[in-house]
Amino acid sequence: MQATQTNNNIKLVEKPDGYEGAGFFATSLDKVVGMARKNSIWPLPFATSCCGIEFMATMGAHYDLARFGSERLSFSPRQADLLMVMGTIAKKMGPVLRQVYEQMAEPRWVLSVGACACSGGIFDTYSVLQGIDRIIPVDVYVPGCPPRPEQIIDGIMKIQHLVETESLRRRDSPEYKAMLNKYGIE
Amino acid sequence: MAKADISNPINADVEKRYTTLNLGPTHPATHGIFQNVLTMDGEVIVSSEPTIGYIHRAFEKLAERRPFYQITPITDRMNYCSSPINNIGWHMTVEKLIGAEIPKRVQYLRVIIMELARISDHLICNTVIGVDTGALTGFVYLFQFRELIYEIYEEICGARLTTNIGRIGGFERDFNDIAWAKIEKFLKEYPDALREFENLVKRNRIFMDRTIGAGPITAERALNYSFSGPNLRAAGVDYDVRVMNPYSSYEDFDFKIPVGLNGDTYDRFMVRQEEMWESLSIIRQAIDKLPEGPFHAEVPEFYLPPKQEVYNNMEALIYHFKIVMGETDVPKGEVYHCVEGGNGELGFYLISDGGRTPFRLHLRRPCFIYYQAYQEMIRGSNISDAILTMSSMNVIAGELDA
Amino acid sequence: MDSTIQERITGFIKEKYESDILSVETPYNFLTINLKKDHIIDIIRHLYEHPEGKFQYLTTLCGIHLPELKQIAIMYQLHSLVNNWRVRLKIYLPEDNAVTPTLTTVFSAANWMERETYDFFGVKFTGHPDLRRILNVEDMIMFPMRKEFPLEDQTREDKQDFMFGR
Repeated sequence: MQATQTNNNIKLVEKPDGYEGAGFFATSLDKVVGMARKNSIWPLPFATSCCGIEFMATMGAHYDLARFGSERLSFSPRQADLLMVMGTIAKKMGPVLRQVYEQMAEPRWVLSVGACACSGGIFDTYSVLQGIDRIIPVDVYVPGCPPRPEQIIDGIMKIQHLVETESLRRRDSPEYKAMLNKYGIE
Repeated sequence: MAKADISNPINADVEKRYTTLNLGPTHPATHGIFQNVLTMDGEVIVSSEPTIGYIHRAFEKLAERRPFYQITPITDRMNYCSSPINNIGWHMTVEKLIGAEIPKRVQYLRVIIMELARISDHLICNTVIGVDTGALTGFVYLFQFRELIYEIYEEICGARLTTNIGRIGGFERDFNDIAWAKIEKFLKEYPDALREFENLVKRNRIFMDRTIGAGPITAERALNYSFSGPNLRAAGVDYDVRVMNPYSSYEDFDFKIPVGLNGDTYDRFMVRQEEMWESLSIIRQAIDKLPEGPFHAEVPEFYLPPKQEVYNNMEALIYHFKIVMGETDVPKGEVYHCVEGGNGELGFYLISDGGRTPFRLHLRRPCFIYYQAYQEMIRGSNISDAILTMSSMNVIAGELDA
Repeated sequence: MDSTIQERITGFIKEKYESDILSVETPYNFLTINLKKDHIIDIIRHLYEHPEGKFQYLTTLCGIHLPELKQIAIMYQLHSLVNNWRVRLKIYLPEDNAVTPTLTTVFSAANWMERETYDFFGVKFTGHPDLRRILNVEDMIMFPMRKEFPLEDQTREDKQDFMFGR
């Protein structure tokens, strides 16, 4: 049995630009908060069908999602930051999805994984909701049927970019409130 | 019930009241979206009311609008953990309708793919039973082997999960050397990992106490509820479509059918475990006895000709055009074909009226049929046993709703 | 299944219900018997309890809409596990008054299968313990698998029909 090995190849997150001196570091609050939020997103996996199995593969050891900070999956919307909708949403499921979205606390982001969640996919039928952006606002769309784990990780990285560069006042701004009103969400 | 005598608090009879608990459509432990409203007396379940249809995608109506080869991706998404079995079952139904003669090599290759799919389906089910009892190690280690199976599918058809594998008449290309190397690697490495997982849980006191007696069903009730597959075999009835109505040369292989005694969660787990060992042995036999021959049948009306011929040969060009536009002549008739899916007898009832699309396609989905019995199986048990029963029955939402 | 066994199975039904048989066919070597709709439950129970037949497994039950004949057919497929015999029974109901008794008294598996047939075709099964929609939304008024119902969602604006060949 080998002795324990230490990992000397750890990459740390880069610090944002700022003024540095003996015992102090000055930068803008936006950048620090953005850096902290970006590397600790807690996702809520709303897995309905086949894309859910690809998500299970993404969380597995081969394509590890935990290294991006999403170690703890939260199944309760109250404690989640990112709603990952993976799989087909039927019209029967629409109100449930809407309720889950409304229970999430700001700031919240939505990632729509798979062709069915983005636009209805191959199911152009009477019972499938043709895209979840009919009922909730979506930040990033990941196409594919099902998308490879690398694509899902690419979507998460784009969410990370959005999280990092978001202004701290965005959620109180009138444009954001107008957008939510368009969906009928208070 | 006697009226509560609240004048003297010490003698007051507390009136029994039932609570309602919603095991809602989104729940971490239900693998798939279906709802159960439970009426509970403390920790014990008195009755339950299931609601399904949260992922109804209208496959049967969609199939009435698609030419035969475009229905294969739809069948993929039924039991998406073992999608090659659905694809090959559909192709065999169409081949039965048109009366095609399939070469032996194609049948053996199909057996290899179907047994790999069966292993991947049972792998998910068993490791998830482990997760629901708290044994997360099996899930994390065995999922790596699902990646190996995905690599094999990718080499053969290009896709990982929803494979759309094969064509009506056979396969689109023969398995190349890389695919054979990957299959051999899987056959070499998987038995050790499976043995390790088995040793962790099979005779583990905690696992046995947890699962023995959870969600039992007798053989008579199971037959009355039209169970099939591992759930029925765990109850004691040895009905396996591969043996009773052999298809695709299953009669050439030598394998055992594991059968349980009580029909509880432990029996279902063990039946699936033993079936994985039998599947490994079938794949080994198929590779050893693989005959030479063409990798597709001679059905020019349904099987796309090679591209060189399409560019040079007038006949091949016409066939290519007719197939892609869906203008081939299909005989009229009604046919039923069933295969042994990961969950049981997966049947396709196809009525064709000679047009380019089926007149009626009915999918006999095993999950939909045996999930009805869930209400009866959990009456009187605790919530934790109810969760275990659900995950050991291997309910896949795509197959439940279609 | 060779024709002697098919004759035997037809004979089981002919023992008591000869007048109900409309026709017997064998498409792709599968015994299919078209029956009148009046005594179908009794016929199935007779096959269930028959000492030689023992058709005690219900494989599937589905509806078929035949718009030219203005009928809805119900197909029952039974399987005798002991003898490995399969048989298909079909009855025909008029489109505007599709009513037939329930099979749940013989097979518990028919419960959800009949709910699905009601949901898709509008066939009412008298005596069913809980006949309501199972896969579609509860407040839907039309029956989607009938041929006149369209496949696509009529309220979608983003997909133009002419690009999809409709």
